[in-house]
Amino acid sequence: MSTQVQSSEHAHEEHLTGIKRWLFTTNHKEIGSLYLIFSLVMFLIGGAMAMVIRAELFQPGLQLVDPHFFNQMTTVHGLIMVFGAVMPAFTGLANWMIPMMIGAPDMALPRMNNWSFWILPFAFAILLASLFMEGGGPAFGWTFYAPLSTTYSNDNTALFVFAVHIMGISSIMGAINVIVTIVNLRAPGMTWMKLPLFVWTWLITAFLLIAVMPVLAGAVTMVLTDKYFGTSFFDAAGGGDPVMFQHIFWFFGHPEVYIMILPAFGIISTIVPTFSRKKLFGYSSMVYATSSIAFLSFIVWAHHMFTTGMPLAGELFFMYATMLISVPTGVKVFNWVATMWRGSISFEIPMMFSIAFIVLFTLGGFSGLMLAITPADFQYHDTYFVVAHFHYVLVTGAVFSIMAAVYYWLPKWTGHMYCITTAKWHFWMSLISVNILFFPMHFVGLAGMPRRIPDYALQFADFNAIISIGGFAFGLSQLIFVWCVFKCARGGESVPAKVWDGAEGLEWEVPSPAPLHTFSTPPEVK
Amino acid sequence: MRISKFAYLLTFLLLSPLTLANSDYNMRKGVTDVSHSVYELHMTIFLICCVIGLIVFSVMFWALIKHRKSKGAVAAQFHESTKVEIVWTAIPFLILVIMAIPATKTLIAMEDTSKADITIKVTGSQWKWHYEYLGHDVDFFSVLSTPLSQVNNEEEKTETYLLDVDKPLVIPTNKKVRFLMTSDDVIHSWWVPDFAVKKDANPGFINEAWTKVNEEGIYRGQCAELCGKDHGFMPVVVEAVSPEKFEQWLTEQQLAKTEAVKEAEALLSQTLSKEELMTEGQTVYMGYCAACHQPTGLGLPGVFPGLKDNAVVKGELDEHIDVLLNGRPGTAMQAFAKQLTVKQIAAVITYKRNSWGNDTGEVIQPSQVQAFIDKTSGE
Repeated sequence: MSTQVQSSEHAHEEHLTGIKRWLFTTNHKEIGSLYLIFSLVMFLIGGAMAMVIRAELFQPGLQLVDPHFFNQMTTVHGLIMVFGAVMPAFTGLANWMIPMMIGAPDMALPRMNNWSFWILPFAFAILLASLFMEGGGPAFGWTFYAPLSTTYSNDNTALFVFAVHIMGISSIMGAINVIVTIVNLRAPGMTWMKLPLFVWTWLITAFLLIAVMPVLAGAVTMVLTDKYFGTSFFDAAGGGDPVMFQHIFWFFGHPEVYIMILPAFGIISTIVPTFSRKKLFGYSSMVYATSSIAFLSFIVWAHHMFTTGMPLAGELFFMYATMLISVPTGVKVFNWVATMWRGSISFEIPMMFSIAFIVLFTLGGFSGLMLAITPADFQYHDTYFVVAHFHYVLVTGAVFSIMAAVYYWLPKWTGHMYCITTAKWHFWMSLISVNILFFPMHFVGLAGMPRRIPDYALQFADFNAIISIGGFAFGLSQLIFVWCVFKCARGGESVPAKVWDGAEGLEWEVPSPAPLHTFSTPPEVK
Repeated sequence: MRISKFAYLLTFLLLSPLTLANSDYNMRKGVTDVSHSVYELHMTIFLICCVIGLIVFSVMFWALIKHRKSKGAVAAQFHESTKVEIVWTAIPFLILVIMAIPATKTLIAMEDTSKADITIKVTGSQWKWHYEYLGHDVDFFSVLSTPLSQVNNEEEKTETYLLDVDKPLVIPTNKKVRFLMTSDDVIHSWWVPDFAVKKDANPGFINEAWTKVNEEGIYRGQCAELCGKDHGFMPVVVEAVSPEKFEQWLTEQQLAKTEAVKEAEALLSQTLSKEELMTEGQTVYMGYCAACHQPTGLGLPGVFPGLKDNAVVKGELDEHIDVLLNGRPGTAMQAFAKQLTVKQIAAVITYKRNSWGNDTGEVIQPSQVQAFIDKTSGE
């Protein structure tokens, strides 16, 4: 009987055409595609803002934009990249892959799935529209420190607050869906310690999301009431404390950075074994390391705030706790290297991105370790050294992992192999330009250039010109990616069910392209 | 010959970031004992990271080269080892412990603000610093002095572009100077790289930091915390002089202050010409008002109100003086009572009421401003 109900629903669903098919879809693959396309669009918009920033910083002096607009660009670039590009991309990958990896027919809550996607475009429409209103968009940095975001901001702050609320609701619903799906819809025999690592890392990420997105919602609500309803959470004149804002924000903000990197770990742990033709080394230690990172992420937040004037004991605690994070992170890197060791390695595009990820993410990890050392952090804090650090972990970390994932699963999604030559161009252009872009930022940061400034002293001029050139090249390289994906979606050489000879997992047992409905009857996992 | 030159160049390129402490590549060693130990910490942790990176990536690239499928490598079957996992958990942990010891020592030294020889209160506001020598009756504002024409690329930029102020902070060498940081509006952060001092100035709270400078000289830094539109135009300049010269400077400042009070009193009985007030007013406007209200008087719609055809500027004089002296609480409008002299306030009000098409024709004298102050202080 259940199969009958299902098939009649399918018939109904497939009947819809055009825009309605996408608006009303409850299919995890279609929603996954929507998320991924949305995130790509946001990546390009946020990237365009980065181009504005780099163009202004190409030379000392003010040339193109005024400082107020410059601040809007850095703020909205950050918000778009974090909430619009990286997070939805991972949610899109989760939608596409988690049901196929655990042998489930769909996500557990398909209608909520539809909703959690379709509120996102509204959130970003509100945020982007605020840029065109009188006074411009948010200009207080993506961290929106009070009182700059309360008393000293303009009225478009209200739009920012509502946009962030909607993004948060979307993320929470997405996270609930992931957890319910993984807990309830695993195929018979798919025990916890058999879960693909991408599923594991996403499960832990989803718990982090549920734990901290409400904290962000609380922070923006307090900003709203401080600004408009006479409260003084962050205003000393009314008994509040501006530093408390930072504690609340970073209690969300630090787990947030792991929300953006744990699924990346899962992707790399999937791809490296495939192209090493060897099982992942230390599967269970990978699970434990991910859990420890998730746990530690809750007790290190104040390392973003060493200069705010904390008691010595607080500084010491957060320094030690932060240093500790490098232990499980190191374990992960060692495990990947051990997986490659004595494997039978080949260098397909996803593997190239994964290797670049391992090297460059680790580099970002090293600068992270340096930043953890409180006395040294007093010098690094709020300089381009920090900018270099988080772009290494977020661009060559999270974004490279997303690209690796797309090149890995795109043939499964479309049924076609992409043009390898185009993809290679994309990889090498990105790899070279991203380092020209972000590596010299370490130098200018150490030499004393603060972040979030539209103009700078002359000793930083040469490096900034180089950085900007790298930035433009990296931006243009991403157009190759768009072209490559677009062409692959339109057609190309057909691929078999198991696209990569060393690949393991249930997703390779369904045909390519993956049909709209897979695993309507659960597979048996041995 | 050529080879040796090449080798020299290569060594230089590789080592220059490591050896040239005050280069454009690396952290500055600075001029205090604390900044030296911070620099040492930085280099130690950097070298540790380099060594770890070298080992891990060597192993990885060795595998990538030797264990390639195209070279006929056949994958081994091993995929776990508790022993190995314990080893590579324990070794990094030990490295961290070793690293934490000197870091803790330095941190404890940095946070010890006791037994200071002199205390200076540093107050940030959009976008200037105010320095007050506690117990010495000396205080002043320190504002960016790089001209706008350099920022707008109309004039060649000087060597200290964006790192120059009208009045630097002066401190004595070889004395423990304690700083008390606070803010009048948003959060700022006072940073001088050569002292390894960076501390946030939080509105409504006071933070402490200290330094003891070993060498005379001029040291430059910037505000490090995003504080609004002109965050990038808020430099910190500190001049460290010998204790004798410092005492002399302090006396001069105290004298100058008494002089200024006398001068202001004398002014009250004078009537200044419109031209004089307009010229002075324009200078004050460009220095203190134009950052928000813009040189055109049009403001930034939605952010900072324009002054052209502004109700306050064209309206009741008392309200205009009141806003200038006391600011508008809950907005970015600062109180200028302590920043500007009575004469400057009279001048800038005259300027505002007679510029950009505001044609009130009014000429405001310092005595009128003083009269308002006397009237309201009684309330």
